[in-house]
Amino acid sequence: MRVALFITCVNDGLFPNTPQAVVEVLERLGHQVVFPTQQTCCGQMHLNAGYRQEGLHLAQRFRDVFNDYDVIVSPSASCVGTVRDLYATSARSLGDEVLADDLEEVGRRTYEFSEFLTDVLHVTDVGASFHHTVAYHPTCHSLRVLGLDEAPKELLRHVEGLTLVEIAHEDECCGFGGMFSIKNSDTSVAMGQDKLAHVRATGADVLCALDNSCLTHIGGLASRARSGLAMMHVAEILASREGASHV
Amino acid sequence: MLSSIATALGDHAHRTSLSTTREYRVEGSRGALERRDLLMDRLVDYRAHVVQCDNASLSTTINQLLLVHGSRSVAMPADVPATWTDSLEAHVHRDDPVLSVTDLDEIDSTVSGCAVAIAQTGTIILDSGVHQGRRALSLIPDHLIVVIFDEQIVEVVPEGVARLAPDSAQTWISGPSATSDIELERIEGVHGPRTLDVIVVSSATEL
Amino acid sequence: MSKVFDTELPFPTLAKTALADAQLRANLAHATTTIRDKRLKVVGELDDWEQLRSAGAAIKDYSLDHLDELCVELERNVIAHGGIVHWARDAKEANEIVVSLVQATGVDSVVKVKSMATAEIELNVALEQHGITAYETDLAELIVQLGDDLPSHILVPAIHKNRSQIRQIFIDEMGKSGLAAPEGLTNDPAALAAAARAHLRQRFLSAKVAISGANFVIADTGSLVVVESEGNGRMCLTLPETLISVVGIEKILPNWQSLEVFMQLLPRSSTGERMNPYTSIFTGATTGNGPSNFHLVLIDNGRSSALAEDTGRDVLRCIRCSACLNVCPVYERTGGHTYGNPYPGPIGAVLVPQLRRGERTPLENSLPYASSLCGACYVACPVKIDIPKILVRLRSEVVDATRASARPRTPRDESRREGLFVSSALPTRHCHGWAGRAPAAAEPAFLTAAAQQVERGSRCATSAGDVISHVVRSDTPRRCRPGTRAGHSTCTADPPP
Repeated sequence: MRVALFITCVNDGLFPNTPQAVVEVLERLGHQVVFPTQQTCCGQMHLNAGYRQEGLHLAQRFRDVFNDYDVIVSPSASCVGTVRDLYATSARSLGDEVLADDLEEVGRRTYEFSEFLTDVLHVTDVGASFHHTVAYHPTCHSLRVLGLDEAPKELLRHVEGLTLVEIAHEDECCGFGGMFSIKNSDTSVAMGQDKLAHVRATGADVLCALDNSCLTHIGGLASRARSGLAMMHVAEILASREGASHV
Repeated sequence: MLSSIATALGDHAHRTSLSTTREYRVEGSRGALERRDLLMDRLVDYRAHVVQCDNASLSTTINQLLLVHGSRSVAMPADVPATWTDSLEAHVHRDDPVLSVTDLDEIDSTVSGCAVAIAQTGTIILDSGVHQGRRALSLIPDHLIVVIFDEQIVEVVPEGVARLAPDSAQTWISGPSATSDIELERIEGVHGPRTLDVIVVSSATEL
Repeated sequence: MSKVFDTELPFPTLAKTALADAQLRANLAHATTTIRDKRLKVVGELDDWEQLRSAGAAIKDYSLDHLDELCVELERNVIAHGGIVHWARDAKEANEIVVSLVQATGVDSVVKVKSMATAEIELNVALEQHGITAYETDLAELIVQLGDDLPSHILVPAIHKNRSQIRQIFIDEMGKSGLAAPEGLTNDPAALAAAARAHLRQRFLSAKVAISGANFVIADTGSLVVVESEGNGRMCLTLPETLISVVGIEKILPNWQSLEVFMQLLPRSSTGERMNPYTSIFTGATTGNGPSNFHLVLIDNGRSSALAEDTGRDVLRCIRCSACLNVCPVYERTGGHTYGNPYPGPIGAVLVPQLRRGERTPLENSLPYASSLCGACYVACPVKIDIPKILVRLRSEVVDATRASARPRTPRDESRREGLFVSSALPTRHCHGWAGRAPAAAEPAFLTAAAQQVERGSRCATSAGDVISHVVRSDTPRRCRPGTRAGHSTCTADPPP
């Protein structure tokens, strides 16, 4: 299958390992990955902050850049949620039904990475190996906007050597919330500290999630606490062949 | 004020209509005996005290509950039959002429029938109708005894709602009065009767 | 003395203080996690919970879509059962009406059942200004009132207090307004509840006038439904001679059968019980079985403004269960006072800016941003209000308001509001004015004039004139005008022939 990669601005700027891991896994599974170079930020921040017109310029760009691709995959549940849901809602709120339909159409071709593996490729074992104790944080976008609950955990359970532990009150928000971490930083930190405490209580070496944005928030608090906890995107774990018992 | 509402809504063509299909459960699936058991189970869960009896022993059952509570006086709706009262040792005050608030405050217990009982939620509904009387009767004395007959028990809320006359003055009771206002710890017995006794009356063969 | 919310500080500033209050955070964390678990348990028992949610949302949407017709039907049925209906466009009018009604009875104190609507309009303050004491009878409201405090939660307003704090309030304050707290009162919740019972009992048995709200009002029967736990509602709704119920127009349900849905959704979502201990349902005056004088005061106070919004109007589905508060990670850590008004939490953040449209204080501008958009509230809401979606929409209104003018804003700045609508390009179905709707033949001339004025204004929704305070139909009995005594010969409430 020919898969167009939507990297996201956060990954492009701060976490290039994540999209590299996506490419590695998909190629390992025999698919061709292409990277439309004209892509930009999806506009989630703008739309969530109330800048509809500005955000929709970026939405139109997304639609145009990814026009020729049947399948678009991204390692960010929040960006995929934006493309699939927030785009059309925002266009409709300004009365632009035509744009809304266009955006819904591109949304139907856009997948979050883990859901692409389980729901489109029907794969739960990607041949990964990662010998660590791992806690999985279900991010709000992945859980409630995309409805991803068991699927990412299934992928992790099939990783050789990986011990998956459950975080108490796992479905509680970590407090990042994008704009929220800036406009309401005190509350955001309070939520993050509680999340960090729950994660540390599992004894895991690694915390993973489907969104690097949440991991920056928890990770920042973790490093200030000198917790020794590592942050990794699920894609990076799935790309890992570390200690693989077979080649 | 209506004009601002109407203006906000625009013209009628765009307004939704009410669906007649009900996708949620509208009737129960349990038989009569199971319904009764479920009701009693739920009432006990609310810390109401539940006893069963047959028609013939209703009055003695009421009497027993009054004795246990130490009641010397009991208020009753004006229309309760003699079969409810003939074995009572306590002084019976029928609500005719109407008992004053002060009278009721000095009476130990009230006995009332009900209109319908919903098993799933443990709810007893009084509608000021037959053998129930005024709402104040079941409110002021500290001990309430409600008499429920098997055929008055339904399983789910929609069945209960369907049996009620909308313009009757109703009190839906699900356990004794309670509050969770203090640290969310549920405490029974604030205002209203602090003791609730329920008598479920069945025909003798079903006990 | 009644305290009211009067802060204009924005949410982040207020949050900073709340977050530092360890006692508050401990109380809130304990309370919200307890009730969260209870709710999940009883909701999990029903295999048709999602269908009930959908039905609840659909019935509410229908009611909102037909609100003008249902208002008329409701009024007719309440009057037919001996009640009197009053219409209040805003808080000021509502308070004037209630004060007049109470003054007409000659009492100087009333008992109150907990009511969000009366908190919203700050009724207790208005009564006090006219020398009328309003005694709260709901335990948590009593605690808040005795402690000269502010409510912090829709359902359990004193949740920010623990048992020791409550004990101290009772010891210090009860004796000043009635029966004092007993000697040696402990902080055991059962003992505290018993103290409240004793303190309030005499008040209940002698009260002449009660004020309540309602959880639901039913258009096709004229019935009011009051859901409670303690029995104070039953006391206030049954024993006094006069009952005044203040209800927001969005509480109207179309028909009796709708209760089968809402009497399942509300108890399970609010207190996490299969059913709450007591619900009272009555229609009109219940002479011989309750108050012989019944007044229903229906309030708008910004609701018709919210009704005009295509996304935001969903907040009017709210049945005030507070499930959203209990699952909100922001509310759990900052508590109710931080939202600066009687409606805290997720629903407060979307309801208040819409009810108070046009008053852009720093607080109201900050409320839509007081959320990480986690969506837990939407999942919990029994009537499926998509709170995150509405928050984002309200944020764009805050932004657009900044765009429209660079000059400082004043409240009720009409040109700014027009700018909002022009830039927002609302779907046209909401931009029909009164034009095309012929007034009913029986309507008096001033009503027709009002309609014409609105048509000339030809703007959407919120700018509608609000020029009439109530509809007077020539075929319905004249109601008591505020200021007259009950029993006046022209004040009949006979059903129409």
